[in-house]
Amino acid sequence: MSFEYAPAPESRAIVDIKSSYGLFINGDFTESQDGKPFKTVSPASEEVLAEVTEAGPADVDKAVRAARRAYDRTWSKLSGRDRAKYLYRIARIVQERSRELAVLESLDNGKPIRESRDVDVPLVAAHFFYYAGWADKLEYAGFGPDPQPLGVAGQVIPWNFPLLMLAWKIAPALAAGNTVILKPAETTPLTALAFAEICQQADLPPGVVNIITGAGDTGRALVEHHGVDKVAFTGSTEVGRAIAKSVAGSNKKVTLELGGKAANVIFEDAPVDQAVEGIINGIFFNQGHVCCAGSRLLVQESVYDEVLARLKRRMSTLRVGDPLDKNTDIGAINSAMQLAKIRELSQIGEDEGAERWSPACELPEHGYWFPPTIFTGVSQAHRIAREEIFGPVLSVLTFRTPAEAVEKANNTPFGLSAGVWTEKGSRILWMANQLRAGVVWANTFNRFDPTSPFGGYKESGYGREGGRHGLEGYLAH
Amino acid sequence: MPTKAVNTGAGPRLDVRKTYKLYVGGAFPRSESGRSYVVNDAKGKFLANVSKASRKDGRDAVVAARKAFGGWSARTAYNRGQILYRIAEVMEGRHEQFSAEVAASEGIAIAKARATVDAAIDRWVWYAGWADKLAQVVGSSNPVAGPYFDFSLPEATGVIAVLAPQDSSLLGLTSVVAPVIVSGNTAVVVTSYERPVPAVTLGEVMATSDLPGGVVNLLTGDASEIGPWLAAHMDVNGIDLTGVSDGDQVRELEVAAAENLKRVRRPADDDWSADPGTGRMTQFLETKTVWHPIGV
Amino acid sequence: MLADVTSSEDRLRRFLHGLPGVDQVGAEARAATLGTRSIKTSAKQYALDLAISMIDLTTLEGQDTPGKVRALCAKAKRPDPADPTAPQVAAVCVYPDLVATAKHELRGTNINVASVATGFPSGRTSLAIKQQDTKDAVAAGADEVDMVIDRGAFLSGRYGLVFDEIVAIREAAGDAHLKVILETGELVTYDNVRRASWLAMLAGADFIKTSTGKVQPAATLPVTLVMLEAVRDYHEATGLHIGVKPAGGIRTSKDAIKYLVMVNETCGDDWLNPDLFRFGASSLLNELLMQRTRMSTGRYSGPDYFTLD
Repeated sequence: MSFEYAPAPESRAIVDIKSSYGLFINGDFTESQDGKPFKTVSPASEEVLAEVTEAGPADVDKAVRAARRAYDRTWSKLSGRDRAKYLYRIARIVQERSRELAVLESLDNGKPIRESRDVDVPLVAAHFFYYAGWADKLEYAGFGPDPQPLGVAGQVIPWNFPLLMLAWKIAPALAAGNTVILKPAETTPLTALAFAEICQQADLPPGVVNIITGAGDTGRALVEHHGVDKVAFTGSTEVGRAIAKSVAGSNKKVTLELGGKAANVIFEDAPVDQAVEGIINGIFFNQGHVCCAGSRLLVQESVYDEVLARLKRRMSTLRVGDPLDKNTDIGAINSAMQLAKIRELSQIGEDEGAERWSPACELPEHGYWFPPTIFTGVSQAHRIAREEIFGPVLSVLTFRTPAEAVEKANNTPFGLSAGVWTEKGSRILWMANQLRAGVVWANTFNRFDPTSPFGGYKESGYGREGGRHGLEGYLAH
Repeated sequence: MPTKAVNTGAGPRLDVRKTYKLYVGGAFPRSESGRSYVVNDAKGKFLANVSKASRKDGRDAVVAARKAFGGWSARTAYNRGQILYRIAEVMEGRHEQFSAEVAASEGIAIAKARATVDAAIDRWVWYAGWADKLAQVVGSSNPVAGPYFDFSLPEATGVIAVLAPQDSSLLGLTSVVAPVIVSGNTAVVVTSYERPVPAVTLGEVMATSDLPGGVVNLLTGDASEIGPWLAAHMDVNGIDLTGVSDGDQVRELEVAAAENLKRVRRPADDDWSADPGTGRMTQFLETKTVWHPIGV
Repeated sequence: MLADVTSSEDRLRRFLHGLPGVDQVGAEARAATLGTRSIKTSAKQYALDLAISMIDLTTLEGQDTPGKVRALCAKAKRPDPADPTAPQVAAVCVYPDLVATAKHELRGTNINVASVATGFPSGRTSLAIKQQDTKDAVAAGADEVDMVIDRGAFLSGRYGLVFDEIVAIREAAGDAHLKVILETGELVTYDNVRRASWLAMLAGADFIKTSTGKVQPAATLPVTLVMLEAVRDYHEATGLHIGVKPAGGIRTSKDAIKYLVMVNETCGDDWLNPDLFRFGASSLLNELLMQRTRMSTGRYSGPDYFTLD
């Protein structure tokens, strides 16, 4: 007899999803003027969770005007101390409603409850706490004696960490004195709408935060709106590029947090068990829907067989399934579209001659699922070694010398993150120096903290989120 | 520098006139296009025949700048500061030459030109001092909520295209180039089209100041011709549009620059005599954050 | 190849120092993540019974009496007087002078008698005395011997001395199962825990055990994780199965289940039986029984309904 874990689902009873949602503009949920409804589904079951509104241009305009009015009349006149207090209130409410938010996030996004509960939501609260404290200390932030807000910020976020990305955008914007219009991704609008309720609960002045749901067209209308002073975007490099073009010649300040293809470099003297955990966490955290995922594993030749064997053994213990089950390690792929993309690139990997391996695992019948997968025999030229797959798919390459590891790691148009595993201190620092990436995790991977600046080099975007650096994108100086 | 006859006693001496060339990869080539153009002084009098850089010169300059980037960015901050200071020292020795050139180029009185040269030299000194302070001012130790040592430090962005100001031929040029290279970037600079002569001399100064070849590449020519190629170049990581005044052109350059997500500095009303602040340095810096566990 | 590494102290040192390092933060994070597994309903029932069957029911006090040992043995045989379906524990663990008492009480059962030996808990006696201590215990009927290593020698790098001592006790123990107590609370680093684990296995340990229970910290999840990784890797290298026994400080059912989850996900099914995993504990048994009763009756139980030892 073996130790089978019985299902341990987190209760859904704590969330109360309405059948339909309007747009959160000027402090109220309002009917759309020119948009149309669309459905958001649970990717784990394809069950329709709610109907939400795709905001049209008139809605976007209304939201921008509400944000402008709130900026001119209220928010810019408020003291930093009072802005801080609103942010502290929000942080506390997030903590109080954390279980509800975690369940809602896992339902709408498909990520395991273990992650939404232990990573996403605690970081959301921490982010608001951190930036709350900056609101009345901006003159000490190193951006001049009297830094000023930019005005109205248009923010567009992705579906991989819906509420966390919202926090990364809204917390520093509000702390710096801006008002915002935020558009969540079309497949994951529910926690942003829950956040709108939190703003109401906190008595945040109307118009300071506006949440408009929709897809690419809504985002485009927001980014291109003349009333927007600041554009912040997290998402694909392709869309980021389009945004950079669309704001060309304007005075809009832009920060972009885009794609990645991080190398996770394992040296022969690595702490091997922790390195294997780091590889797992690097690529299978959040189903690999992570811009900074360690999607290219570079293993030193001398330990390749050993690391690969350990990795495969460890992968066999990964539990794929119901996101609300507390023992699930890998949840559902966020959408049918993303699943198709992962399948396509994986097929290309096979067609190009790489060897594909997944542990035996049963996938649920309904919903969007992809097993944890590794490709061996991958070379730098393979598409799966160059393109962001944004799924639980790892490409494994080898290297012989540190210089070769650096060369391969840096040989990409991206530059968001990288991992290094070695017990030799001076080599860690040498690697950290050489890697052209905005975040270098040494003997760890996928760690995040509100105090720690995050963002990319090269085509992974520009600007930083988190820490003192994260204020700069929201201040004129 | 404009030449003048010197009486040697045995009749007027024939001038040895200077050929104004590009400064690329530490050498002084002519434009590969073979083109040159006439530069007049502010009063319309002939000043010099200057090489007119082409897009291919731009391409070569990017190659030179990329080649130089690894070494330059890896030098110690102290060493980069020393070299920037050395530029100031060598400029000081050519003070009169620069003053005359600035006066002729910009049509200002020699006294004012001298003050401008003073300011330009002082600006190199100012930026030289920043080399080993920048990381302390813009870097940070991040108190993360966990057993990790976490710090952020600035790193150079890479190869930066600089479209230098059209008006301020030396002080403006210095004010846009020094902040780019002090942190370890390398630069491909398109100088003022109508006032390129002080830039050519600055290239000569750089070539004799221990500045490694390729760190600064100076292209005399037309920014509206070369600029779009640099803006679209996929091996350029950032672009400073200071020297572009036409709004449509700024937009087009910015659109081209978006192709590889270049860091873009938009033109602004710059007062070159004012305290520069750190903005031009931080514009072309990346922040790298490093995490490591703390344990035994 | 592994035989070679013990051919000289020098080789042994090089081998032990060549083992991959353990990153403290990473190991602790992994243990903590495994600790978030939620074991419910049928899985919990299975785990509770399994945990009971893995207990080395222990009493190691100066004031131990034959009477107390007899009571402990009675409990080992029938842990829950009200419920005969409760499994028996794996062994009763006592000092050498009480082995005979325990052996007598447990005759005719499958419950083993384990004896600590070798100058437990500090081990600060001569090798000759340690050997005699072991022989006495085995002669009195001990099926298992729990020895301590010379931590002073280990920490000062005299690996050969530690190795030779384990080999000598192994020999003195004869057919008895040998559990080697590393006393991880004194080993300072996880690197040392991994090295000591390998050292003990190379010297012939059947089990590696965390602690005497007399030093804090005793068993912890991350220490046990590192030891489980060592036995897993040793198996990979030799094909041999070595057991692991966390001892001391494991008091709640929840903790015990976390250990089982860790065994399951580190070494797999093979190790999920009393031959290869044990808990050195005493009060844990009542906790497991109370949870077990809760699950079968649907009511929370209280300590009055279980025997105190």
